[in-house]
Amino acid sequence: MNTTVRWFRFSSPQTFFPLAGTIARWCALGAVPLAVAGLYVGFLVAPTDAQQGEVYRIIYIHVPAAWMSMFIYLVMALWAALGLAFNTRLSGMMASALAPTGALFTFIALWTGSLWGRPTWGTYWVWDARLTSELILLFLYLGFIALQAAIDDPRRADRAGALLAIVGAVNIPIIHYSVVWWNTLHQGASVSVTKGASMQSQMLTGMLLMALAFWMYSIAVTLVRVRCIIKEREG
Amino acid sequence: MLAVARCIVHRDLLLGLRRRSDIATALLFFVIVASLFPLGVGAEPNLLRAIAPGVIWVAALLSSMLSLARLFAADHADGTLEQMLLGAAPLGVVVVAKGLAHWLVSGLPLVAIAPLIALQYDLAPGLYGVLALSLLLGTPVLSLIGAIGAALTLGLRGGGVLLALLVLPLYVPVLILGAGSVEMAAAGLAPDGQLLLLGALLVVAAAFAPWAIAAALRIAMD
Repeated sequence: MNTTVRWFRFSSPQTFFPLAGTIARWCALGAVPLAVAGLYVGFLVAPTDAQQGEVYRIIYIHVPAAWMSMFIYLVMALWAALGLAFNTRLSGMMASALAPTGALFTFIALWTGSLWGRPTWGTYWVWDARLTSELILLFLYLGFIALQAAIDDPRRADRAGALLAIVGAVNIPIIHYSVVWWNTLHQGASVSVTKGASMQSQMLTGMLLMALAFWMYSIAVTLVRVRCIIKEREG
Repeated sequence: MLAVARCIVHRDLLLGLRRRSDIATALLFFVIVASLFPLGVGAEPNLLRAIAPGVIWVAALLSSMLSLARLFAADHADGTLEQMLLGAAPLGVVVVAKGLAHWLVSGLPLVAIAPLIALQYDLAPGLYGVLALSLLLGTPVLSLIGAIGAALTLGLRGGGVLLALLVLPLYVPVLILGAGSVEMAAAGLAPDGQLLLLGALLVVAAAFAPWAIAAALRIAMD
């Protein structure tokens, strides 16, 4: 009876390469209808918000992007830790393939957030705790990418990046809570990102559909990127 | 183990003493950066009093970061670092000793000179103690976190600028707590909370950073 799953079979870049291609194709195919459905629900079905009017509809991009930005960093740190622990080549490649997508979502979250803030709060930027944490998250992503770009040897780049990702992941909660505390020290709650009222179910549906679409997109582009890295390194 | 640590601290301090201008440059940088702000924002005393804790702390951050690049560079260049990695002494102890020596020549002088800047910014004399204490607790954390970045960027092109990009976001909690403690005291409240948290950061950094620094050095020297 040999029922053990051979987890490490796909840790070899050669065996992972075709699998990544298949998964990337299906995820890309899944992302399109999900995004269309999400945008349809978001823009045409969901009702106008009583307080914010039409401008609230940017949350269908903003909130899923913010979720992804944080989640991808954790996934990246996880791959990094796996890479350091098991010394697998693929883990480092996955971490470096995830970083640009994570940085992109962080940037999108900041950008759409400021577009939302202008009509709602009357300003593009406030030093709100969440905004500031997100900005620092963007710096962490850019630091990771810059460090890997500066190292020529791919093995050293992987491992140095992995260590930085882990140090960053440990620091994120500390940074977040210190920023929250700093913010409450400096100014009262003139604006709050957290919305008071609970959400209407159609709005939630739209947002979850968009979140799923972003997931599919992230998986697809990451795997395409990892395929490029495998080709580059292993020929 | 303690003998090894003492030996390395002694050696690094001696090297620092032989190259006094290096230490002086970082200190001078601290003073100059802090002196630039009034020229930029205007010399209105109330404004200066309000921004003083933040300015002093940001200047301390930058000054401590400037000297980080030198932490391992010389030892790397002449092969000493390789011997330290190969040697019998645990690498964690070695890097703690190097970090301590770095703090003694780059962090401790800041603590001593900060009241002078505070004087220029017309900070209330009662706040000097809190400012010095916050720097005393915070600057070792800067040295420890910074050493991780210094080890990661060892021997890389554009290392200095890259180091800033890696390390400065991680300095955020120290900056917030350090400057916050002085502002708290300036507002007439007890700064204990911030100072205790700074102390907690120091304990956590002292416990985990050496491990990360050692791992980063091994990666860099691989």
